[in-house]
Amino acid sequence: MSGFVVDSTVSSGNSSVAIPTDISGQILDLDEDDDLEVFSKDTTVTDGSSFNASMQTSPASMINQYKFEEDAEDTKDIFVTVDNPESHVTAIETYITYRVVTKTTRSEFDSSEFEVRRRYQDFLWLKGRLEEAHPTLIVHPLPEKFVVKGMVERFNEDFIETRRRALHRFLNKIAEHPIFSSSEDFKIFLTAAPGELTSYKKQGPGFLSRMGETVKAVAAAVRGVRNRPQEFTEMQEYVEAFSQKISSLDKVTQRIVREQKEYLEELKECGPTYALWSQSEEELAEPLKDVAGCVDRCCKETEEQVKNLNDNLIPVLHEYALCTDTLKAVLRRRDNIQADFEAKTEALATKKADRDTESKVLSLAWDSLVGRSPEEVKQQKQQKLKGEIKEMRDDLDKAEDRLEWANNALKSDWTRWQKDMRTDLRSAFVDTAERNVNYYEKCLAVWESFLHSQRTDAEGNGNVDFS
Amino acid sequence: MADSGSEEIAVIGNTDLTPSESENNLKNTMVEKGTSLLKMMEISVAEAEKRTGKNAVNMQETYTVYLIETRPVDAASEGTNPVPDSLWRRYSEFELLRNYLLVTYPFSVVPPLPEKRAEFVWHKLSADNMDPDFVERRRVGLENFLLRVASHPDLSSDKIFYSFLTEENGWKETVFETGFQAKADSRLKALNATFRVKNPDKRFAEMKHYGDELQSVISQLLRVRARAADRLYGVYKVHGNYGRVFSEWSAIEKEMGDGLQSAGHHMDAYAASVDDILEEEEHYADQLKEYLFYADALRAVCRKHELTQYELEMAAQDLTSKKQQREELATGTIRTFSLKGMTSKLFGQETPEQREAKVKMLETQIEEGEELVKERNTECEEFVKSAWVDIERFKEQKDHDLREALISYAIMQISMCKKGIQVWNNAKECFSKM
Repeated sequence: MSGFVVDSTVSSGNSSVAIPTDISGQILDLDEDDDLEVFSKDTTVTDGSSFNASMQTSPASMINQYKFEEDAEDTKDIFVTVDNPESHVTAIETYITYRVVTKTTRSEFDSSEFEVRRRYQDFLWLKGRLEEAHPTLIVHPLPEKFVVKGMVERFNEDFIETRRRALHRFLNKIAEHPIFSSSEDFKIFLTAAPGELTSYKKQGPGFLSRMGETVKAVAAAVRGVRNRPQEFTEMQEYVEAFSQKISSLDKVTQRIVREQKEYLEELKECGPTYALWSQSEEELAEPLKDVAGCVDRCCKETEEQVKNLNDNLIPVLHEYALCTDTLKAVLRRRDNIQADFEAKTEALATKKADRDTESKVLSLAWDSLVGRSPEEVKQQKQQKLKGEIKEMRDDLDKAEDRLEWANNALKSDWTRWQKDMRTDLRSAFVDTAERNVNYYEKCLAVWESFLHSQRTDAEGNGNVDFS
Repeated sequence: MADSGSEEIAVIGNTDLTPSESENNLKNTMVEKGTSLLKMMEISVAEAEKRTGKNAVNMQETYTVYLIETRPVDAASEGTNPVPDSLWRRYSEFELLRNYLLVTYPFSVVPPLPEKRAEFVWHKLSADNMDPDFVERRRVGLENFLLRVASHPDLSSDKIFYSFLTEENGWKETVFETGFQAKADSRLKALNATFRVKNPDKRFAEMKHYGDELQSVISQLLRVRARAADRLYGVYKVHGNYGRVFSEWSAIEKEMGDGLQSAGHHMDAYAASVDDILEEEEHYADQLKEYLFYADALRAVCRKHELTQYELEMAAQDLTSKKQQREELATGTIRTFSLKGMTSKLFGQETPEQREAKVKMLETQIEEGEELVKERNTECEEFVKSAWVDIERFKEQKDHDLREALISYAIMQISMCKKGIQVWNNAKECFSKM
């Protein structure tokens, strides 16, 4: 169950932030512009197309979104695949592109099939955009950039294949996400011709506005959040612990793969040794050759088992290890939003106090210097303060909404993420266990057929009793 | 044997007969070829114990002794189940017995002893001779040795062997009294023969080559197997970490907790299962080792053949040269160079009397030489006959035993796979409840 109910979470008693218990009325009062500012400040698509309507999600309309998701579980209407890596060489650099194929019945899309080529940088851009637009939603991690080894390694076949699979998973997670899948950036990513994408990318929000946000964010971060709601603290503790466990599992699995590979190396020498021996023997030649064959077949099965671990379990564990970084960032951003709200609340209170306790002496002295009358000055001052306070209150209201929205977004996406995590890890482990069973079953068959052949031989020769 | 009936029991357990009478009876009944001691007697190496004592140079040493138990075969069927006769022996006494057998029955492929020191170990196995697992495996190996000797058509009727099993005191002296050490061929003599023999029986040359190959390939197999065992151990044990992490993880999860916890238990079980698996494989390794050492015994027989053949050739060569000398003296022609010949040419011929004396001496030598050649020829032929019989017997035994070993290896692998299937099916069930 991934939906959430706004009321219960909002009105839970443990929230010590001054969020009014019944916000639905207030939120719906916000006009278009503020919505856009809060929820889509970084997108340039303000044409109000129907596709964008779902972007203007207030917490209330988010309920609808999630309800919709529950029903929509069985009716997937968009299919994305990433395949066909190709290398491109230019004068400056060499890079890989991947083919991204989209099949969809959504009306927002102009056509039902799209095929584009994208490089890793494009994926990074998309991720960045989604994160900026939804600071407290959880974006599935991308495979890492290859930092350590150097040019040659980047084009290693295994590396490219692993990356391709991870990119495929990434896009699919986005497509399955109730909010992200309706993102305009996502649509452009899937459909735009290369030139289009480049120019679209350039239209970001202005540098200055981004700077402004960053400065505010830093200021808030420095200040720190004062009254974090218990549930988010619990979330943070969980993320800490989970992060340790998942990274342990990642390490353990990698160690198993290493040991298996070394075991395989040794086992590979056994078969040939039995075969060599069979050459010196007469009666024993057959059984020895058979044993050599069995050992060789078991080697092949072991090789496949290692490959399975590498291709299936390890990438999933690794991705969830990367997820924890995302989760930590999301919690941090939420904290910053709350810190911002708290800062603004304090500032407003201070301003109000200022208004009430005006220092007459100093200002009078200055004003007489400048040549204004005390009454005039007082009036001016009161007006000024009133204006400032109105501005600050508006600001505060926005900050409050932003916080409200961020908290709800995070809470529902947290539930969604947990459900996903559970499903993904469960199926990864079930899959691994199944493959291990298959591995042993195959080896069992190999040795049983050897036994069988020995028994029929022995019975033929009138030999031994096999009890 | 079938006629002797109750007398057989009397031979072993009856105190009415004098010791020498019992021994004679036994010797007589066993003289029949093909009777093995094992048909009359149950033999086992039941226990091992640590002892400390002063050694030859008066220093304290710790060593292990093994309890040999013997019991007449018919006793059990009578329903009485008497206490078995028993005595303690050290490994060095087993070695002494074997050396005696090697020298006394050079045409037999003498069963090998279990290794003196642990070799081809993988890391978890101790190379320490005092390690209880090693001692246990050695106990089994020693029992196996005694059983093999006791079922060998020639060796089982040996007196010294019998007294090894039955007489605790004075056995060592008895062995030394046989003077077997003097009969042993020196290494140098044997090596010399190997290089110089001209016409060894082809079959023995092939057998020796086979022995070399067998030794080389089994060594290689044991080495590879030990390394693989090491690695397999690692793989299983690392899964134990899954158990630990799942358990810790389950503590922070609500719905996933139970599934994780129980899956963790199965991972622990999986990790623990490798100990039994590898212990069983150790038995297989021991079976291979026995034949590794048997290869040595086989080669020893071939070398002995080379030695007897060489000695025959030497005697024949000697005879030929003496005959040639006689001819030369008789005809006065010197076909072969000899210092004597040259000096006589230079310094004058020898007197007829001198020549007469020489001829007489040569005649005697030639007679003796012909006797020697006949003797050695018989020796050689008999050796070839007996040795080949035992080699054929050994071949059959080896084919049978090693086939059994391969089959038991397959059975072990099957058991390992079945355990794996069970564990991972259980784990899968737990995971699906996550």
